[in-house]
Amino acid sequence: MKLKQLTVKFVLASLLSVFFIGAQAQQDKVKVGFVYVGPVGDHGWTYQHDQGRQAIENALGDKAETTYVESVAEGQDAERVIRQLASTGHDLIFTTSFGFMNPTIKVAKQFPDVKFEHATGYKRADNVSTYAARFYEGRYIIGRIAGQMTESNVIGYIASFPIPEVVRGINSFTLGLRSVNPDAQVKVVWVNSWFDPGKESDAAKTLIDQGADILTQHTDSPAPLQVAEERGIMGFGQASDMHQFAPTAQLTSIVDDWNNYYVARAQAVLDGTWESGDTWDGLAQGMVIMSPYADSLPAEVKADAQQTEASLTSGELHAFKGPIKNQAGEVMVPEGENASDEMLLGMDWYVEGVDGKLPN
Amino acid sequence: MLLRLEPRKSISRTYQYLSPVLALLLTLLAGLLVFLFMGHPPIKALHAFFIAPISHSYGVSELLVKASPLILIALGLAMGFRANVWNIGAEGQLVLGAIFGSILPIYFSDSSNPLMLPAMLLLGFIGGMLWAAIPAFLKIKFNTNEILTSLMLTYVAALILSLLVHGPWRDPGGFNFPESVIFPDAATLPVIWSGTRAHLGIVFVVIIALAVWWLLSRGLAGFKIRVFGEAPQAAQYAGFKQSSMIRFTLLLGGGLAGLAGVMEVAGPIGQLQPSVSPGYGFTAIIVAFLGRLHPVGIIFAGLILALSYLGGENIQIAMGLPKGIAGVFQGMLLFFLLGCDVLTRYRIRFFSEAGQST
Repeated sequence: MKLKQLTVKFVLASLLSVFFIGAQAQQDKVKVGFVYVGPVGDHGWTYQHDQGRQAIENALGDKAETTYVESVAEGQDAERVIRQLASTGHDLIFTTSFGFMNPTIKVAKQFPDVKFEHATGYKRADNVSTYAARFYEGRYIIGRIAGQMTESNVIGYIASFPIPEVVRGINSFTLGLRSVNPDAQVKVVWVNSWFDPGKESDAAKTLIDQGADILTQHTDSPAPLQVAEERGIMGFGQASDMHQFAPTAQLTSIVDDWNNYYVARAQAVLDGTWESGDTWDGLAQGMVIMSPYADSLPAEVKADAQQTEASLTSGELHAFKGPIKNQAGEVMVPEGENASDEMLLGMDWYVEGVDGKLPN
Repeated sequence: MLLRLEPRKSISRTYQYLSPVLALLLTLLAGLLVFLFMGHPPIKALHAFFIAPISHSYGVSELLVKASPLILIALGLAMGFRANVWNIGAEGQLVLGAIFGSILPIYFSDSSNPLMLPAMLLLGFIGGMLWAAIPAFLKIKFNTNEILTSLMLTYVAALILSLLVHGPWRDPGGFNFPESVIFPDAATLPVIWSGTRAHLGIVFVVIIALAVWWLLSRGLAGFKIRVFGEAPQAAQYAGFKQSSMIRFTLLLGGGLAGLAGVMEVAGPIGQLQPSVSPGYGFTAIIVAFLGRLHPVGIIFAGLILALSYLGGENIQIAMGLPKGIAGVFQGMLLFFLLGCDVLTRYRIRFFSEAGQST
């Protein structure tokens, strides 16, 4: 009898202790670190990530503390910065550029208790998640707008590096463009930088001189839009709402909204429910947002954009809906099918309608 | 009242060597004032910038990792600068060194041949040397300005690197992302301090610094360099050929920059990426002058400049101050150094409007 009681007590105690240990995974406070590739004042990519950082502070208040290191070079410096954040009590570290992938993985191995989140990469571990946004959905919409607004049928595209993410954007834009205007062409200039206002505006001027009457960009500064504003042509914002830099030129902007994701991940660390995973969200989840369509757009163009946005959001329309042909005219995605995520993630070819060759 | 700089009749040797120290002290003082005006506790900020990053052994190892390319490049540049050969393109020579050094690990990525690493270092040196040979050739044959040619070749080098990592040298399993395969162990500089990133390259840098010191103070080449720098006409009379001097200093400088490049990719980076250097080739110019173009001075100067980078990162983490702080400190250091140098060589005289000395 006594033995039985003891056993019951023992079992109860161990159950309790298991529960207690489980409860310990919950934290009172989360310290979150951010590694940025550009300056927080770039008004584009890094600016939006910093908005997300502030969202964590606003949403979690006293329970969260955040730190950031800006303009970290994608060479040997990244590993040191990430490691320094990991060794100074940060529980969760967001590394927000593709070039931080290998350093993130390396440091994560040395700090198994710290959680890492790497943007736009493909390597994961038990304590490393990846996340990215389906910006290409927004690019399909602006492509359609451009197709209806252009008069010269030449669109200038200022691009950063020929990686799949950027090529995907160019293709999605072109598909949108040519779905309403099969004669329009896209001219691409590569500036080999994510953030270089000087080079970006030079590229913008070159494209305008080559006949482009609408500009769009996959670089992070508002410089190209400012050039568009000066020259009296139209353009689209990138990563954040760049309305203030080009009040007349900006027709809309594809805004990255990391706020919800960042708050949710920080909360998950607090709750002890954080798990490694891969997130690739778009319009439907609110990770990609279209800033207000300009009043200068004709009513039918605006309505078409809103309609396209709604069907992309509902999933009724896919930006990469077949038939899709490459530059050589070969069918890459047959009619009635959509491009698979796998194809999108490794995209290294141009669709029909892009002028010039992909630098390879 | 007018201000005029007059050359001093005799230049104090003590002050020539003291001026970097003085500049450093003035930078600290000015930094104190900057933090005070910005409303941050100045002592705490200076501590976070200069002391905290190296207050633990890992920080010290990182300082060495960061300083070694700067020192290596500056050693090579200093020899040229002493002989009035102005190689501004070390950044490009570094990139070419990284490219040449990466050929073997990219094409033989599963090799474990122990000769791979020495061969890579040699190739890196050759790559930097070849890139520097272009401005050397142009200077000797056509008397072009090596400042311009070497600088412009930097941009060409960056584009070649970009072409390779976006194209044929991409990691085949890397979803077309622009970076090479991760180098095999046989192609990686061994870590000499376990638990850190301090690699064998640091030892090479020390050996090379000693060799350059010997060359400059004892070797015939060092003597020629000094004569060319201080009395070009005397060099001509002595029958020293200017062309061989240009060739020697540019090629050696380029080779050392190339070695720095391959040691970055075979060391802390471990693969070829679109960017292998955050401007070491340019920062090394500051290092060379801050170190008085002297190997020992260059080692100290390299450590100080490296510390300013680590400090810039740490102050962001510890106090939430912007990254620009590191740039402000580097700028102030250079400004005060130039100021101290001017005052060592010249004195200021005030003149009244009438032209009378007061």
